[in-house]
Amino acid sequence: MRWQDDPVLEVEHLKMRFGGLVAVNDLSFSVGRGDITALIGPNGAGKTTVFNCITGFYRPSEGMLSLRHGDGSTLLLERLPGHSISWKAKVARTFQNIRLFTGMTVLENLLVARHNPLMLASGFTVFGLLGLPGFRDAERQAVEQAKFWLEKINLIDRADDPAGDLPYGAQRRLEIARAMCTDPILLCLDEPAAGLNPRESHELNELLLSIRQDHGTSILLIEHDMSVVMGISDHVVVLDYGTKIADGTPEEVRNDQSVIAAYLGVEDEEVEHVEAEVGL
Amino acid sequence: MALNTPHAPAIATAEATSSATGAQIAAALREAGIAALLTLGLSIPILAFKTEQNQANALYLQPRWGVVAVACALIFALRFVLCLRAARRAAAPPRLKAPASPALQKLFGIAVPLFLGVAVAYPVLATLASGGLGGARYWVDLGILILTYVMLGWGLNIVVGLAGLLDLGYVAFYAVGAYSYALLSTTFGWSFWLCLPLAGILAAFWGIILGFPVLRLRGDYLAIVTLAFGEIIRLVLINWVDLTNGGAGISSIPRVTFFGVPFDSSEGGFASLFGIPFSPMHRMIFLYYLILMLALITNLVTIRLRRLPVGRAWEALREDEIACRSLGINTRNTKLTAFAIGAMFGGFAGSFFAVRQGFVSPESFNFLESAIILSIVVLGGMGSQVGVAIAAVLMVGAPELLRNLDFLKQVFGAGFDPNEYRLLIFGLAMVAMMVWRPRGLVGHREPSIVLTERKAISGSLVKEGHG
Repeated sequence: MRWQDDPVLEVEHLKMRFGGLVAVNDLSFSVGRGDITALIGPNGAGKTTVFNCITGFYRPSEGMLSLRHGDGSTLLLERLPGHSISWKAKVARTFQNIRLFTGMTVLENLLVARHNPLMLASGFTVFGLLGLPGFRDAERQAVEQAKFWLEKINLIDRADDPAGDLPYGAQRRLEIARAMCTDPILLCLDEPAAGLNPRESHELNELLLSIRQDHGTSILLIEHDMSVVMGISDHVVVLDYGTKIADGTPEEVRNDQSVIAAYLGVEDEEVEHVEAEVGL
Repeated sequence: MALNTPHAPAIATAEATSSATGAQIAAALREAGIAALLTLGLSIPILAFKTEQNQANALYLQPRWGVVAVACALIFALRFVLCLRAARRAAAPPRLKAPASPALQKLFGIAVPLFLGVAVAYPVLATLASGGLGGARYWVDLGILILTYVMLGWGLNIVVGLAGLLDLGYVAFYAVGAYSYALLSTTFGWSFWLCLPLAGILAAFWGIILGFPVLRLRGDYLAIVTLAFGEIIRLVLINWVDLTNGGAGISSIPRVTFFGVPFDSSEGGFASLFGIPFSPMHRMIFLYYLILMLALITNLVTIRLRRLPVGRAWEALREDEIACRSLGINTRNTKLTAFAIGAMFGGFAGSFFAVRQGFVSPESFNFLESAIILSIVVLGGMGSQVGVAIAAVLMVGAPELLRNLDFLKQVFGAGFDPNEYRLLIFGLAMVAMMVWRPRGLVGHREPSIVLTERKAISGSLVKEGHG
């Protein structure tokens, strides 16, 4: 199992408390390098909270999140400031409700994702203000990278349109492309297939598989669409009420009794049994 | 035309409109009647009575029912026309909103060089029009005033228009710049050209000082704290008498020199150096070109910054702060740079203000100044450089026009001073703008980088920022 031998992210004893509410309780799992890992569970199970902890939007109450780069160096995500998670640790994310810069063009959206490298190239604005060639080269490279991604997500013709004008499915793809423009080693997708029709969701599968194949980026995704989850993921982690109830390959999880109970409820005989107990 | 009626045949719509007219007029009359009654109610405490003094110096109330009747009739007519128009529009088939026509875009293309040309030639035009250097004094002075506000508007545009941080205390940085020059030049005798960058740096420093505590605040809360900051600076200037000479202000600030050559009638002065007859207008014209240059520098730097990563980060911050964080943008530093650079230009403008007036006092930096600068930015269209320039001309130049409308005295009587209605017109203009151009005069955004074709982005997609 790759997620045990060569994990890119190890979540250990993660706990997130909001006042009296424990949203995530003692959660441990690993994300294998080059795997597509799905984090699933019923509504309110704490999936997005886990994402927010990994990507620095929440500071975990307890636990450790260690990210291993290919060169063997390890970073503790819970100790990094929020903006360093993308820049230093190379973890990118998308959002459940799409968060594009709607008033900026598609191309501008992708260039904002290259903020830190371009900022360095522009000598923190000083060289850029003077118009030195180093910055212009860096910007040209960033535009080339953006063009590559726009071709990949079939939006090259709409590069100069405002992102808010794109149809919903295209906005989802653009958000993934924007996250990929930060050159991440771990891409966290929060319900990428939500609101997509079957054809779009099939295209999304293709896109995710090619990201994994061509860029060696590991993917961690939250998803309710089981055709996506079972179709492309190598590893599935199931959450319910903030705790892990199953962890394994898609086949193992599909046949797991506690997962079936969490998703579909319990069997009819047991319901009768319980009803008899309470006197119905 | 086919575009306007995509589905319904034209005949059917025409019938619907004509049959609805009778009911529409009745409804509009009723609406207008209600509005007129409301006006009557409001007029009784505001318009209906005027306090006058009689010969015994006692106050008495003079009824002015004629004015009330005129006001009610005006409102009735206006409301009637508006209602009728709204009803017509509702009955008409929905129009597809046409994108900005190429002609309009071309107009914007010509507008910029035209404005620049007029701005550069303005002192010459003013001299020719008023027949002599001395006569142009008023006009050049007005030009300097307008350009100062253009520059302040452009400076604040970085903070409010680009970064989306609502700053109600911008005048504080203007004050810091003005007092920096006033104090440095009167205490140490430093020249304007040395003090100008220092004033900018000091104002930027205060921008960062303000920026730190307000970074966590958004929207209304940010606005209130910046408003308070503006007041704090003003109150410190009034009360720290040892340093600032309090409310009396600092006078006899050294005047501007032509790179070291004074503008006076002495032997080594500007006039004798160039062998031309002395005129106090030389200094004014030099000041005009100085503020024009400072404003253009502000503009060029802003245009440049918008195309750099920091400028894009500002705009991205205005659009969505959370997405910015997820892309590795340090939102704290980005906001601070916006505050600092905006403040720096405010400081430059302040230092210019001090050298022009030769006198600074805390009274020049009250909240109304902040409000005017902010309304220039909002009226111009947030983020648009051309819009801010037009708005500054309208907001500062138009009230000056009121002074010259002497023919109105023949209509309304000798006691009529149109200048008294300045704030009323100001308010009306703001309301009109909210109705017709809610996104400002230039309501669209220009992309900062283009792959194949430049398209303007509709203002409805651009966010205003959350603070």
